[in-house]
Amino acid sequence: MFKVSVYVTPKAGILDPQGATVERALPALGFSGAIDIRVGRFITLLVEGDDESAVRADVDAMCRRLLANPIIEDYSFDLASVDGIGDDGNGIGGEAEAGE
Amino acid sequence: MTARTSGGVRFGIVVFPGSNCEYDTMHALGTFPEAEPYYLWHKDHDLRAPDVVILPGGFSYGDYLRTGAIARFSPLMREVAAFSDAGGLVMGICNGFQILTEAHMLHGAMLRNRGLKFVCRAQHLRVERTDTPFTRSLRVGDVVQIPVNHNEGAWTAGAESLQEIEDRRLVVFRYCDAQGNVTDDANPNGAVDNVAGLVNEGGNVLGLMPHPERVCESVVGGAGGRGLFDSLLEHVLEVR
Repeated sequence: MFKVSVYVTPKAGILDPQGATVERALPALGFSGAIDIRVGRFITLLVEGDDESAVRADVDAMCRRLLANPIIEDYSFDLASVDGIGDDGNGIGGEAEAGE
Repeated sequence: MTARTSGGVRFGIVVFPGSNCEYDTMHALGTFPEAEPYYLWHKDHDLRAPDVVILPGGFSYGDYLRTGAIARFSPLMREVAAFSDAGGLVMGICNGFQILTEAHMLHGAMLRNRGLKFVCRAQHLRVERTDTPFTRSLRVGDVVQIPVNHNEGAWTAGAESLQEIEDRRLVVFRYCDAQGNVTDDANPNGAVDNVAGLVNEGGNVLGLMPHPERVCESVVGGAGGRGLFDSLLEHVLEVR
């Protein structure tokens, strides 16, 4: 079993009115210097299986077909083994994988 | 799919959980004597021999994840795709347009409105093409007034090529002012190139953010939407 964290963000160049609004709000609170703010979506899921590469392929397909819209969004995800089976021992899991 | 050769023009109105403009669409079509509208449930597997399929406005699946993202996987959408692949006429209004982009039946994608505000207002549109079954009774350059009512209506070509979409003349309606000028001020949501509605390459699938079904009788404040339904009826009756 893997715990998967999926990050979905607006593609570079895509209008992000939420990010722009947050960027304008921070200076009003006295925080200066925060730029290029993008607001996206964070999704967590548990995926059954002990073959990490198969799970990665599955999650990638989930992202492409449903979790993200590749026309306007980028995605990446992390995997962490959670039950010992297929655990790589470091307890943190795989690295982020760049989406398309 | 059985082609009909006589009788009324059948409009199948697809109802998803969270749709809320199906009744308006049914009512509006009821003002056209030749139209024979009926509801379809998203879990159905049979379109019941429509001439036109309409995906109405609303908030299918609560707009969860992204607008239209879940509805596009409804069982009936497989039939809608097969129907359009065979040249069948499909019109997506507002949430219906969002569903069609998510289903890749139309180019681009929807973003949240510029300004982060839900927009609900009367809107002028310039007719860009009249060589489609949806607009044949209109004239190029006509200005029609049809209301918009949405939160995620900023159409964008996204990773696709805007130039190609424009070169192929897929844009059918653009937001404009009362004189027909396509300006940024007249753009209610920040849609790229003021795109309010577009068709697929085959010209048989139309998506538009404005609601033509809400302006089909002068008693409700306007009849600017009738041209689309007149066009569809004319087209279907002619090709029979």
